[in-house]
Amino acid sequence: MFLDIIMADLETEVWERLELVTDPELDEPITDMGFVETVKVSSSNKVEVEFRLPTYWCSPNFAFLMAFGIRREVASLPWVRGVTVSLRDHCFGDEVNEGVNSGRAFSEVFALYCDGADLGEVTAKFDAKAFDRRQEVMLLALQERGLPAEDIVTMTLGTFDRIAFAGGEEERQKPRYRALLMSRGLAQGPDDPAFPTWEGQSIGPMDLKAHLARLRGIRINMEFNGALCKGLASSRYKEVEIGPEGPTLVDFIAGRVPTKGRGASAG
Amino acid sequence: MYKAPNGKEIFVLDGHTHFWDGSPENQKNIHGKQFIDCFYAYHTNLSPPEQLWEKARFEKYTEDDIYRDLFVDGPDDMAIIQSTYLRDFYKDGFSSIERSTSMASRHPERFIVNGAFDPRDGEKALEYIHYMKEEFDIKGVKMYTAEWNGESKGWALNDPDAYRCFELCEKLGIKNIHVHKGPTIIPLNKDAFDVHDVDYAATDFQNLNWIIEHCGLPRLDDFCWIAVQETNVYGGLAVALPFIHARPRYFAEVIAELLFWVGEDKLLFGSDYAIWTPQWLVEKFWNFQIPDDIAQERGVQLTDEIKEKILGLNAARIYDIDVDAKKKTLAGAPVQIAAE
Repeated sequence: MFLDIIMADLETEVWERLELVTDPELDEPITDMGFVETVKVSSSNKVEVEFRLPTYWCSPNFAFLMAFGIRREVASLPWVRGVTVSLRDHCFGDEVNEGVNSGRAFSEVFALYCDGADLGEVTAKFDAKAFDRRQEVMLLALQERGLPAEDIVTMTLGTFDRIAFAGGEEERQKPRYRALLMSRGLAQGPDDPAFPTWEGQSIGPMDLKAHLARLRGIRINMEFNGALCKGLASSRYKEVEIGPEGPTLVDFIAGRVPTKGRGASAG
Repeated sequence: MYKAPNGKEIFVLDGHTHFWDGSPENQKNIHGKQFIDCFYAYHTNLSPPEQLWEKARFEKYTEDDIYRDLFVDGPDDMAIIQSTYLRDFYKDGFSSIERSTSMASRHPERFIVNGAFDPRDGEKALEYIHYMKEEFDIKGVKMYTAEWNGESKGWALNDPDAYRCFELCEKLGIKNIHVHKGPTIIPLNKDAFDVHDVDYAATDFQNLNWIIEHCGLPRLDDFCWIAVQETNVYGGLAVALPFIHARPRYFAEVIAELLFWVGEDKLLFGSDYAIWTPQWLVEKFWNFQIPDDIAQERGVQLTDEIKEKILGLNAARIYDIDVDAKKKTLAGAPVQIAAE
């Protein structure tokens, strides 16, 4: 019993760690998207993670990124003695699983499949979209507070840091936006501008509206895709039965996907 | 014909339908099974519960089914049937021009059957385009850039082989190029759903109409940027439209974006039959209003006049259909309930 509780706690730690792995297209944690299905911790502290994407045809390059993201995050837990990652029912699943469990570096495995090319161009494209989406949340929140365009586009990181956002999407996105500002080197110190473009340009006060119009399109695309992916993930293994009451959807592998952190409550 | 609550008769040209055979008997391998399973997940995920089909019917439906669903129970006046072969997945092709033409021959006044080709077939693709023109007098083709062909797991519209095919299409008057951007697997270092090849092709072939199905989803934002710059790029509403039932606010945001960037004259209704049926889609679309906050933010509206364009007039224009004459012809050949 005592051992069960320990195992459940360890599984919970793994689930929490997996929240740091995002779907690059959607900029959302794979756990929120329902992609991770099973986390198992063995008595020798080896971890197995199974995940499944919404369709058999989801982008293989992103499947690679997510699989290696899972390996990296789980392996970073100090007690973990080994990680096995399994992508199920995917058109490139065998290659992804072989690669991620081989112990080799991502760049090395990935290069095997495209004549040595890397994923730089694609990850840069989706980093830019993630940045735009996070920035839009912050810009809209500041507009909502009644700040004039001039004050928003000239705001420094120091001022931005001092503004407290309570609740909602802006509170969630503030540290995520800041993290990308830092990792991209767009702002380092308190006097640096808080709202440059991804290319490092400043936004003129007159251009804020057009800038926001563009960001809006990016956000709508991401939200739409997120809704589609969640829906497809939920209906992928369902079939219709026509009964006396009309059609109903039956999950033929019901209960297969545990809710996040289920391990803890099971203890 | 959709009859609006005020009695107005709306011409409906369904721009994206299929007559497929995805049944296990026609599947070559696991990929064929997974392909139709994926379509089925779209169907079960986004259809209203009372519109759900059993798997076996979805995999392969009859000539009577399609006629009834589109024209008897459904409001379509005409439908464009797209061809998609997927020869690496299906023995006789997923939806072939021969099988669709045979089905359509029962009611030729109601169908436009489009062809398909694979530019990677080289000379054979060019010969095949000639064959389709001579045999079926096609006005359009459906391009599926994610199709597997031996070692190749995808292609781009601006590949040199593709350009040779489009040159021939232009010469033969096959002017409507429907493009479905599915996930291309190789090259693996590129975005699998990238739509930028549309930009090159549309710029280099100004006399062809480029109808991007699913409005480039999941790259709607990139598609909008391209469409706003190219006068010959259109957006097909399939996949976006069914959200009108399950997630109406997302649909409102998407249609507002499309009206803002692409414009009311360049959006085409498509049910994507048999993934969805047109009856509920058209009815819900006609009765749909963009919420005020979204409409105001984007400065767009979705009037009855705009809906009428999207439901049929825009597609009729690029397929050279005289709507008034067609209405008269169809009035003389009313839909018949097939004996089953």
